[in-house]
Amino acid sequence: MSKDETLGEALRRQGITRRGFLKFCAATASMMALPPSMVPAIAAALEKARRPSVIWLSFQECTGCTESLTRSHSPTVEGLIFDAISLDYHHTLQAAAGSAAEAAREAAMEENYGKYLLIVDGSIPLANPGYSTIAGISNLAMLEETAKGAAAVVSMGSCAAFGGIPKARPNPTGAVSVGDIVKDKPIINVPGCPPIPVVITGVLAHFLTFGTLPELDALGRPKAYYGQSIHDRCYRRPFYDKGKFANTFDDEGAKKGWCLYKLGCKGPTTYNACATTKWNEGTGFPIEAGHPCLGCSEPDFWDGGGFYKAISTPTGDVSKAAVYAIGAGAAAGLALGAMNRARRDKAVGEHEKVNIDDLEKGD
Amino acid sequence: MSETELLLWVRGPALQGATIIFLLGIAVRILEILMLGRKTDLAEARGSAVAGGLRTIISRSFAQRETLQRTAFTEVTGWIFHIGIFVTLLFFAPHILLFEEVLGLSWPALPTTVIDATTIVTIIALLAVLVHRIANRVTRFLSRFQDYLVWLVTILPMLTGYIAFHRVGLSPPMLIAIHILSVELLMVVFPFTKLMHAFTLFMSRYYNGAIAGYRGVNS
Repeated sequence: MSKDETLGEALRRQGITRRGFLKFCAATASMMALPPSMVPAIAAALEKARRPSVIWLSFQECTGCTESLTRSHSPTVEGLIFDAISLDYHHTLQAAAGSAAEAAREAAMEENYGKYLLIVDGSIPLANPGYSTIAGISNLAMLEETAKGAAAVVSMGSCAAFGGIPKARPNPTGAVSVGDIVKDKPIINVPGCPPIPVVITGVLAHFLTFGTLPELDALGRPKAYYGQSIHDRCYRRPFYDKGKFANTFDDEGAKKGWCLYKLGCKGPTTYNACATTKWNEGTGFPIEAGHPCLGCSEPDFWDGGGFYKAISTPTGDVSKAAVYAIGAGAAAGLALGAMNRARRDKAVGEHEKVNIDDLEKGD
Repeated sequence: MSETELLLWVRGPALQGATIIFLLGIAVRILEILMLGRKTDLAEARGSAVAGGLRTIISRSFAQRETLQRTAFTEVTGWIFHIGIFVTLLFFAPHILLFEEVLGLSWPALPTTVIDATTIVTIIALLAVLVHRIANRVTRFLSRFQDYLVWLVTILPMLTGYIAFHRVGLSPPMLIAIHILSVELLMVVFPFTKLMHAFTLFMSRYYNGAIAGYRGVNS
């Protein structure tokens, strides 16, 4: 695949029909909440786009993000778009190893300085640079060096976007997110553990079409995919509204597919596209499989007070505190009451009776 | 402190602290009142003090006709917002989960549409009583800072709960944290203000009713 080949040429070479390509463009437009009139513009831009150079850095991560994207079943257009970008550096996917691999990264940076897209998965350890290194280079140094020449940075997955599991308490490596390090480049957060494949292809398509970043929410996530909560788009939402809940994983409610809120579902506080785009080629998403949402696309989801604890319930032992409080209050109340009584009795005891003669004496 | 940490603190130590102040304060104040005691009534009983006391607890809940005619607005809005608060507090599913966790008791929830509507009606009623309090010269004259404070800490959980349910403005964890914090504020203020009427009203009604009942008259 030559670097000068356009995306359209690359796709045709791989047997994608014009119809399939336009379907992808239409789907992308609708997912990005763009008007249908934008479809030809997207198609034209993508058709002519040179394959952008992409450098993918993997830091403190589990490779789940890469797995998610590469397992988007080979014949999908998303997969081919992914093939059609010039992925110049990616530990897991590239053939080169050792110094040859690093040379590829440096060459890509030099060749496309200021234009390449940097994708990062994994968090960056700050407690000790030795916790995670690549070819002897610390994650922090590599990120700072590579981000300098990037057009934009995509934080792939919750670790890169928010620190994720490495940052979970007690955060032994001092893990931080990409946004904590890179301050002078546009950053798109694509959180999720892992994120949905179509979200990254959508972001790439947007970048290729318009040369700009998609509209982001307060947490730096593309609004087109993270604009609505799981709860609001959940097919089990009617059961929540009716007050019908599964109390355990195997009770009648669970079998009938009722709401999983009581089992700790984080759908109401989680923004992601799972409930709409779904996983495994639209087969389903965790709630459809009978498991509550873990809230993996939100910051600090690992420390949210327990995956199986409903959001409205206390995280401390309130019952014990309540019993102690009533006990102590009763004791204090009795003591204060006794003091009040003693004061009254004393006042009664000290009361001196006065008769008319005593009063006349004073004159 | 991140939003998640704030929510954890609000659901954990803050809730424990508020619960302790709430219950400790209530226990102290109730026992202090009860221990004041009453002088022995040396007169011969003409009726049952207990029956009179219990009857009055119920009967004082309903205004007499003349009173109702004069203060219909206060009566109606008062009933509405009190019922509204209890319905939203006790029959919204996430609240029931909280009670289940703390008390070990559970009961069926009402549909969220019902809770939603009740919340709006309650907020309107609470706004109406404030307007009435300020617009009416007598109630305005009688009102102290505490009356407005008590009103504020009562409406805040309703407002923040409504906003948190519809997720407007801030992030959902932040909205829930603010809602729980507003309830904790209510709990902390409760024992030291007129909000104590939730408990003392039964005591004072019983007291008055018992005196009358002992004398064999209606109160």
